[in-house]
Amino acid sequence: MELVVAIGIGVLAGSGVWLLLRPRTFQVIIGLSLISYAVNLFIFGMGRLRTGVPPIIEPGTVGNIALHDDPLPQALVLTAIVIAFATTALFLVVLLAARGLTGTDHVDGRERDQT
Amino acid sequence: MTAQLLLVAPLLAPLLGAALTALLWRRPAVQRPISLAATVLLLGAAVGLLAHTASHGTLVGAMGAWPAPFGIVLVVDVFSAIMLVITGVMAVAVALYAMGPGAAERDRAGFHPLFQGLLLGVAGAFATGDLFNLYVWFEVMLIASFGLLVLDRTREQIDGGLRYVLLNLVGTTFFLLAVGLLLGLTGTLNMADLARLAPDVDNQGALAAAAMLLLVAFGAKAAVFPLFNWLPAAYHTASMPVAAIFAALLTKVGVYAIIRVFTLIFAHDAAFFGPILAVVAMATMVTGVFGAAAHYDVRRILSFHIISQIGYMLVGVALMTPLAIAGSILYVIHHIVVKANLFLIAGAIRQAGGSFALARLGGLWVTRPLLGLLFLVPALSLAGMPPLSGFWGKLAVVRASLEAQSWVLAAVALAVGVLTLFSMIKIWNEAFWKAAPAGPPPAPPTRSQRLATFTPIVALAAITVTIGLWTEPFLALSFQAADGLLDRQAYIAAVLGPEAAR
Amino acid sequence: MNDSLILRTSAPLLLWLSIAVSVFVLLRGHNAPGGGFLGGLMGAGGVLLYAIARGRVAAIRFLRLPPVAYCGIGLLAALASGLPGLLGEAPYLTHLWAFPAGLPLGTTILFDLGVYLVVLGTITAMFLALVGD
Repeated sequence: MELVVAIGIGVLAGSGVWLLLRPRTFQVIIGLSLISYAVNLFIFGMGRLRTGVPPIIEPGTVGNIALHDDPLPQALVLTAIVIAFATTALFLVVLLAARGLTGTDHVDGRERDQT
Repeated sequence: MTAQLLLVAPLLAPLLGAALTALLWRRPAVQRPISLAATVLLLGAAVGLLAHTASHGTLVGAMGAWPAPFGIVLVVDVFSAIMLVITGVMAVAVALYAMGPGAAERDRAGFHPLFQGLLLGVAGAFATGDLFNLYVWFEVMLIASFGLLVLDRTREQIDGGLRYVLLNLVGTTFFLLAVGLLLGLTGTLNMADLARLAPDVDNQGALAAAAMLLLVAFGAKAAVFPLFNWLPAAYHTASMPVAAIFAALLTKVGVYAIIRVFTLIFAHDAAFFGPILAVVAMATMVTGVFGAAAHYDVRRILSFHIISQIGYMLVGVALMTPLAIAGSILYVIHHIVVKANLFLIAGAIRQAGGSFALARLGGLWVTRPLLGLLFLVPALSLAGMPPLSGFWGKLAVVRASLEAQSWVLAAVALAVGVLTLFSMIKIWNEAFWKAAPAGPPPAPPTRSQRLATFTPIVALAAITVTIGLWTEPFLALSFQAADGLLDRQAYIAAVLGPEAAR
Repeated sequence: MNDSLILRTSAPLLLWLSIAVSVFVLLRGHNAPGGGFLGGLMGAGGVLLYAIARGRVAAIRFLRLPPVAYCGIGLLAALASGLPGLLGEAPYLTHLWAFPAGLPLGTTILFDLGVYLVVLGTITAMFLALVGD
C-alpha cells in the first residue's frame, strides 16, 4: 500500500509541477491544487498508513493503540485543505480580475508573439 | 489571569481591530480611528509583554488549556517580544501615515480590515510555539497581504500580486512538506518538543532535508537569494503605506522563522547548516545591492535594499555566536524602523515631486529642505554611518564575523555597506540636489494630510537617532534575546516543564 | 446567465432550506460530524444559489449587511468565546461549560457560531465578486 500511495503522490506532484510551468493561468491554478493534494497525502502518509482503524476512540478501546489511528495528521490535513481552499478561491478571484483587465489568460498578461 | 491576558493581547488587539473594521465595512471614516486604536493597543500590549519577559522570563500559554506537546502553545521569549514591540511601532506609524493623501480610496477598497488581518498574522507568527500554527499564521498573513497588494486593482498591481502569491504558495508547499517530514520523524510539531527530540532522531539525513525545505519556505518569505524575484516585482506596485508595512514586517517574519527554527530545532547540526546559511547570506547581500545600483526608481531601489539587508540578518544564525545573534537582532530592529521610514519618505517624495522615477525628480532640497534632512537620517543609517542605528548593527555583525574568523563574510558585509551608501547618495543627488525638472509642481496636500504624513516619519527618524546615540539598552536587550535563543534547554523547560529539559 | 423560471421560483425556498440545514449541522457539531465550518459552507451555498438565480444585488439585499460584516461579527463572537476562560486563571480559549437541566451548554458554541459566520461571510464575499451581475 505504501508503494501505491507513494506513486500516487509522485504522479500528483509531477503533474502539478508540469501544469505550474504552463503559460495559462487556469493551468497554473490546477497545478497548484494538484501539488497541494500531493502534499496533503504526504502529510497523511507520515502518520503511518493503516487500514480499517478509525481515528476515533470507541468506548472500551481506550489505551489500545492497535484499535485506533493517529488523528493528528488527519486534523493537519483538514486544516491545510481549508487554507488551500481559501487561498485558491482568492487566487481565482484575482486571476479573473487580471483576465478582465488584460483580456488574456496568459500569465504574463499578454500573448508571447504580440510583444 | 493578567499574564495570560498579556500573552494573547497582541493577537487580540488586531483581531478586534479586524472584526470591528469589517463590521463597519461601509463606514470608512469610522474605521480609521478604530484601526489606529487597535494598533496603539497592540503596541501597548507588546511593550508590557517585553517588560514581563525581560524580567520574568519566557511566557507560555497553552491555548484552550490543552497541555504542551498536544495543544497549540503561544510562547513569547525576549526575542519574540522584541519583534512584537517593533511590529506595534510600525503598525502605529503606518496607521497614522495611511490617513494621508489617498486615504479615501484606500479605505473604500478595504484597507483597514486587511491591514489588521496582516498585523494579526504577523503577531501570531511571532508568538506561536507550534510549527503547524506558524503555517496557519503565514497563510493569514499571505491572504491579507495579497488583498493589500492589489488594493488599487491596477494592471501592474495584479501582475505583481500574481507573482507574489504564486511564489508564496509554492513556498507554502515546501513548508508543508517539511512539516510532514518532521511529523513522520518525531511525531510532534511543538517546537520545544521538536528541539528536545531532534538530536536523537536516527535518520539525521531526513532531518537535514526537512531543515532545507524549511529554509526554502522561509527563504521565499524572507526574499533571500535566489528566491527574491517576487519582492521587487510586487513591492514597487503597492501603494506607499502598504509597501512600508510590507517592507517593515513581511520579510522579517521569514527572517524570524529562520532564526527561530535554526537556533532551536536544528541547532545540534549548526556545523552543517552554518556554511550554507553564510553563503546564502553573502549571495543575498551582494545581489540585493547590485540590483539596487542598477535601478532608477525610488521604490525599486528601496526594494532591492530590503533584499541586501536580509543578508546581514542571516549572519547571526550562520555563525551562532552570542555576539552574532545579538547583532542580527539589533540589525532587525534597526532595519525595520529605517526601511519602513524610507518607504514613507518615498511616498512623501512622490507627493512633493510628483513621481517615483529619479529622472523626473529634482530640486527638492530647495523646496522641501525638511524632507531632505528627514531622508538623510534613515538613508545614512541604512548605509551604516555613525552615529546612527545602522552603524551599531553593522559593527556587531562585522565584529562577530571577524571573531569567528569568517574574513570573507566580514569583507562582503563591509563592501555591501559602501555600495548601499552609493545608492542612497544616488537618490539624494537625483531627487534633492540636481536642478528641478521643468513642469508645474503638484498640488500641495492639506495641512492634516501633511501632519499624517510627517508625524510617523519624524517619529521613526527619532527612533533611529535614539538607537544610534543611546545604544546600550538596545544592545543589552539584543544580548538577552540572543542568550535566550542559544539556551535551548531553558526554552524546552519553559514549554514542557523542567523534567523534559536536559 | 440563463433565466430559468424554475430556478428563480425555487431559489428562496432552497435558500431557506439550506440555511435551516446549515444551522442544524452547526448545532450538532460538538459530538457528531458537523460544526461551524461545514454549516458555514452550506449556508454560503444557499446564498450563492440565490445569487445565481436572482442576481448579485438580490443576494446582497437578502443578507442586509455586506458579507464582510458577517466576518466581523463572527470574529467578534469567536474572540469573545475565549475570554470567559481568562477570568478563571486559565489560558485563553479555555472553554467553560454549564449544565442547566442536563443540557450541556459551553462557550464552544459561541466559537463555532463565529466560525460559521466567518466562513459564510468570506465565501459569499469572494464568490459574489465572481458572480457579477
